[in-house]
Amino acid sequence: MGAVTATRELDDTVARRLPGDRDVWIFIIAELLMFGAFFVAYIVNRAGQVGLFNASQLTLDRTLGVLNTLLLISSSWAVVQALCVARRNERSAVPRYLGLAIALSLAFMIVKFFEYSAKIEAGLTMMTNTFYMFYFCLTMIHLLHVVAGTVILTVLWSNARRGAYNSGNSKGLETGASYWHMVDLLWIFLFSLLYLLK
Amino acid sequence: MPALLKDRHHGTWLLLVLATGITCWVRAGGIVGLAAAAGTLAIAYFKGRLVILDFMELRDAPTIWRAVVEGWLLLVSILVFAVHWFSLAGRVSV
Repeated sequence: MGAVTATRELDDTVARRLPGDRDVWIFIIAELLMFGAFFVAYIVNRAGQVGLFNASQLTLDRTLGVLNTLLLISSSWAVVQALCVARRNERSAVPRYLGLAIALSLAFMIVKFFEYSAKIEAGLTMMTNTFYMFYFCLTMIHLLHVVAGTVILTVLWSNARRGAYNSGNSKGLETGASYWHMVDLLWIFLFSLLYLLK
Repeated sequence: MPALLKDRHHGTWLLLVLATGITCWVRAGGIVGLAAAAGTLAIAYFKGRLVILDFMELRDAPTIWRAVVEGWLLLVSILVFAVHWFSLAGRVSV
């Protein structure tokens, strides 16, 4: 009986595995905590100026926000697929999925560029009011993470083109994927806070 | 079963897209107030949890790592909802 329990515990230990590098996960948690503090700061400030935040939120282009959400969700999916094909040793398919993920992240940046341009042309800047201070600061900090994530995906794509990732070597790919999914996770919450919650 | 749903990750992607559509439909319908805010945050929590469990692969990770990341999402969602609830009741001034 004791042996059965011990075997089950051993199986559980073997089966439960953190994907990617543990140190990068500590970094990811630190990033989540930082953004969590930003989200709480936003909602507390919003609570003090509900009318201003609601009126300013109406000037945001929700269609572009939805489009960017779909782009990041799909980019995350493409990275998951890259990892799946690497684990199945379908090496030639890995750079294709990573290339798709990079293309979708570039599309996110282009949409953001048009969104910022429209706001600035309309005279809306970080100095306009508290809502726009949060809007520009939070989305720009997030955009920096998108840029960093795209650089990481490009390095992974370059490695994948040389056939670097397979069932026996996927830790680097898992690490980059975990960071990219964090970028997606943060956007999902940011989109709901800035564009939808009122 | 449709091919799209045979792979769990395809199903997760589809759920994330549908959930995004539902929140936007609720907002476009002009639904406001505490129920709408609760719905918006509940859907954001649901989407975040799907990303954490299926895309970040924490479903099968050691419990402590899964608990920390899921705990972050739950804590932030509760804090945001609580402050928003108090603000709708006019109880918060900054």
